[in-house]
Amino acid sequence: MHRKIALKDPHLEARIYNARTVTAITLVLLFIAVILARYYTLQITEFETYSTRSERNRVQLQPLPPKRGLIYDRNGILLADNRPSFILSVVRERVEDLDATLEELAGLVPISDSDLERFHKRVGRSRPYEAVPLRFRLTEDERARLAVNRHRMPGVVVDAQLLRHYPHGQLFSHALGYVGRINEREARELDETDYRGTFHVGKVGVEKYYEDTLHGSVGYQNVETNAHGRVLRVLERYAPVPGSDLTLHLDYHVQKAATEALGEQRGAVVAIDPASGGILALVSTPGFDTNLFVNGISTTDYSALRDSPDVPLFNRAVQGSYPPGSTIKPFMGMAGLASGLVTPETTVPDPGWYRLPGSSRRYRDWTWSTRRAGHAPQVDLKMAIAESCDVYFYDLARRLTIDRMHEFLAPYGFGARTGVDTTNERSGVLPSSAWKRAAMAQPWYPGETISAGIGQGYMLATPMQLAAATGTLASRGQRYTPRLLRAVDGEELPPQALQPVSAPEADWAAVFDGMREVVHGERGTANYLSEDIAYEMAGKTGTAQVIGIAQGEDYNEEEVAERHRHHGLFIAFAPLQAPSIAVAIIVENGGGSSAAAPIARAVIDTWLQGGAG
Amino acid sequence: MGDYVRQMPHQGSQGITRGPGLAMRLHIDVPLLLLLLALTAYGLFVLYSASGQNMAAVVRQGRFFLVAYVGMFVAAQINLQRYARWAPWLYLAGVGLLVAVILAGVGAKGAQRWLQLGGFRFQPSEVMKLGVPLALAWFLADSTLPPRFLNVLGALGLLGVPAALILLQPDLGTALLIAASGLFVLFMAGIGWRYIVGAAVLAVASAWPAWLFVLKDYQKQRILTLLNPESDKLGAGWNIIQSKTAIGSGGWQGKGWMQGTQSQLDFLPESHTDFIIAVLAEEQGLQGVLLLVGIYLLILLRGFWIGLRAQTSFGRMMAGSLTLTFFVYIFVNMGMVAGLLPVVGVPLPLVSAGGTSVVTLMAGFGILMAISTEQRLVTR
Repeated sequence: MHRKIALKDPHLEARIYNARTVTAITLVLLFIAVILARYYTLQITEFETYSTRSERNRVQLQPLPPKRGLIYDRNGILLADNRPSFILSVVRERVEDLDATLEELAGLVPISDSDLERFHKRVGRSRPYEAVPLRFRLTEDERARLAVNRHRMPGVVVDAQLLRHYPHGQLFSHALGYVGRINEREARELDETDYRGTFHVGKVGVEKYYEDTLHGSVGYQNVETNAHGRVLRVLERYAPVPGSDLTLHLDYHVQKAATEALGEQRGAVVAIDPASGGILALVSTPGFDTNLFVNGISTTDYSALRDSPDVPLFNRAVQGSYPPGSTIKPFMGMAGLASGLVTPETTVPDPGWYRLPGSSRRYRDWTWSTRRAGHAPQVDLKMAIAESCDVYFYDLARRLTIDRMHEFLAPYGFGARTGVDTTNERSGVLPSSAWKRAAMAQPWYPGETISAGIGQGYMLATPMQLAAATGTLASRGQRYTPRLLRAVDGEELPPQALQPVSAPEADWAAVFDGMREVVHGERGTANYLSEDIAYEMAGKTGTAQVIGIAQGEDYNEEEVAERHRHHGLFIAFAPLQAPSIAVAIIVENGGGSSAAAPIARAVIDTWLQGGAG
Repeated sequence: MGDYVRQMPHQGSQGITRGPGLAMRLHIDVPLLLLLLALTAYGLFVLYSASGQNMAAVVRQGRFFLVAYVGMFVAAQINLQRYARWAPWLYLAGVGLLVAVILAGVGAKGAQRWLQLGGFRFQPSEVMKLGVPLALAWFLADSTLPPRFLNVLGALGLLGVPAALILLQPDLGTALLIAASGLFVLFMAGIGWRYIVGAAVLAVASAWPAWLFVLKDYQKQRILTLLNPESDKLGAGWNIIQSKTAIGSGGWQGKGWMQGTQSQLDFLPESHTDFIIAVLAEEQGLQGVLLLVGIYLLILLRGFWIGLRAQTSFGRMMAGSLTLTFFVYIFVNMGMVAGLLPVVGVPLPLVSAGGTSVVTLMAGFGILMAISTEQRLVTR
């Protein structure tokens, strides 16, 4: 170390260093000059170029909402389409004073408080430079007024968009459901990108269930706009993929026949093709005009629908749970045969009433008020179904016990959602002792088995369940998930088969025999249906005691009495030898099955005349 | 004591003599400190806008600065001879850590750059940003200057090992910065021009084999994109197109603080880290760029000044190398964002958001301050 220091020349080293520093500073200045020259070129010489490019940048991508898929019935009749509608929107970033602009717009076209409220909510969610809708469905007149004034209102945009339209209004209200404007909760759940530029979403029914299929996927276009937000030219375009068109199993004519047959009555009709589970008609009355909902229903209209004692928004076909009453008897018959407790030849004495062994309480047959003696001294299965003999089924239910009853009826789909492709379906109740323990923390009483045997008591079924179960009966045990959707973009979907109910041919024949007698037999409970009939129909009547959905509080005496009348039910399928339709009908407060059975005839007549297909 | 006695009769006010005296005792170079404060304040101002008016990001960066200033202060207190004595050991430890990174490092995005020590992650290549110039300055100062051929070879060896280890991680940007810091030591040591010209020729000649065998695909992609950004509008070229658009659209005056559409509407990638100069250029315009470059230039000149007044060759070489390396950061970052150089991960010093580079840079300024204050204590 010391040896080396002796050789060092500090002055020389410092001089060299100073010279190098001069070189270094020169180089640094040179490079800084290069950098600054570059920034000068970009920022001063080419300022215009980059300024335009930056300006063009911000107008960049516009979402192109996809066209929502159309919905057809099985005959190709359009049930839901899209019509152009004009929308007034505002681009917040281009508006100097938003409040002043909104005020001025309100002077030109009517803008309600709820429009404003929704607008402000949407502004909060929007991206920069996105047109936020303020008013939908502008009239010709409103458009003209806006067109005249728009030049002095930058950031105000009027453009056309396709809006959902339901050509048949009320007729398919519960079968299709409807779309409505996307609300805040939905905005959070929907895919943000895919719903850019889309303001509507399926709210209920098929429209909601098949939202993903109907929606399609969003496209984009690159547009150049001027300072006022008007599109000058489209630079690039990625077309949206339109939603798929749906073809439903629904038959316009059958739906119409069912709706007309129900008329002013409250009730539901479900008709199913037993060979596929395809739903031919789904009616719940009263309905409502679904078009009202597309653009945000007015508060007045909505409260009218919501507060009506007839609950028109309630889809009775899948949400309404009714005691099936005597319509359960053919299924009970199948259960009796399957359990081996009865054969078609087994008879039960019918004095007109039934008493549990060891009990003094008498359960009367429904004939008690008119024919004290009962149906006949001895009643077999065929007569029990044809004449709806309660005593026969009281006895069968007692011998079967509630839990085995549950075991034999569950395979027909009672007590569980059918899985139909629409929203809000309820499951009904197929009681068992386990169910009662769980639901009510009470043991099962033997007397309750007796009423369960004739579809009363705890037992509840939706018209959809009844129709599906009737379809299973009609197809001799083949089961399918009830389906509204038949084809997507013309491509047929296969039926969704479920675990079949297996029973010997003789069992089906015995029950069918009884159901045929209901319509065609001299003493059948619906034999009035056979008048001028061109085919063989199997049916079963039912009457359910009212449990009252939507029971009002301040009705007059007469109306309350009307709402305490029994519900009328009817299930049927036809033609007997090769069934192509199975129906379930309920008429609320219809008084009895005679209110429901003629509807079945009208529906089946229409279907068979139209040629099943 | 002698100073005190001699100055007393000349200057009546005690305050004036004690002012610089205090800074001297605390080893603070006041002009450099003021310039650094101005720069970091300007940086935070731009960062607030670049991070999308995110106060939390500003506070976070402010905390990094605080740590870095403390680090600088500590580094300034250490005697230069001690730096020289520690240099070889720091260097050896650094190389050891780099080997550890290769063997047991953790990484992100396909590169292995970090060592995990307990819950703490740390990047050994940062240590070498100071370790390499210190080691080279120590090595060269030990014998006569300008260095002779064997010493040049030795110095290149000292610098080649860590540079190669960092290149293996791979981290081209840091490897180049570290190589540059070592070469600057050699340059300031007065290495003959024939070496410099020879190296330049060699570098150009080796470009072709480097392209074929050394550079990774993503590095080649960056260079290709630089040459023709329009070729890949939505991919790698996107960054350069958007940053050039941001800079160019700023003009002379700029669009105003927090008014830059490129940066505020998210067109600009990495707007608060490597590309922050584009935000500044867009919002403050060329005048804002000139202000920043002005501050940088003054810092550089102060660095050179400190080097010129340093008393030992070790101090001179360190001062020169640290100053030039700082400039390389500025040049590479501003050049890459403006589309002059390929995009390598080099931050804009003391402006880009980030912790590690800030701490290293400020430690470097601490060493500069140690050089600056030591000379004045020793002379006069």
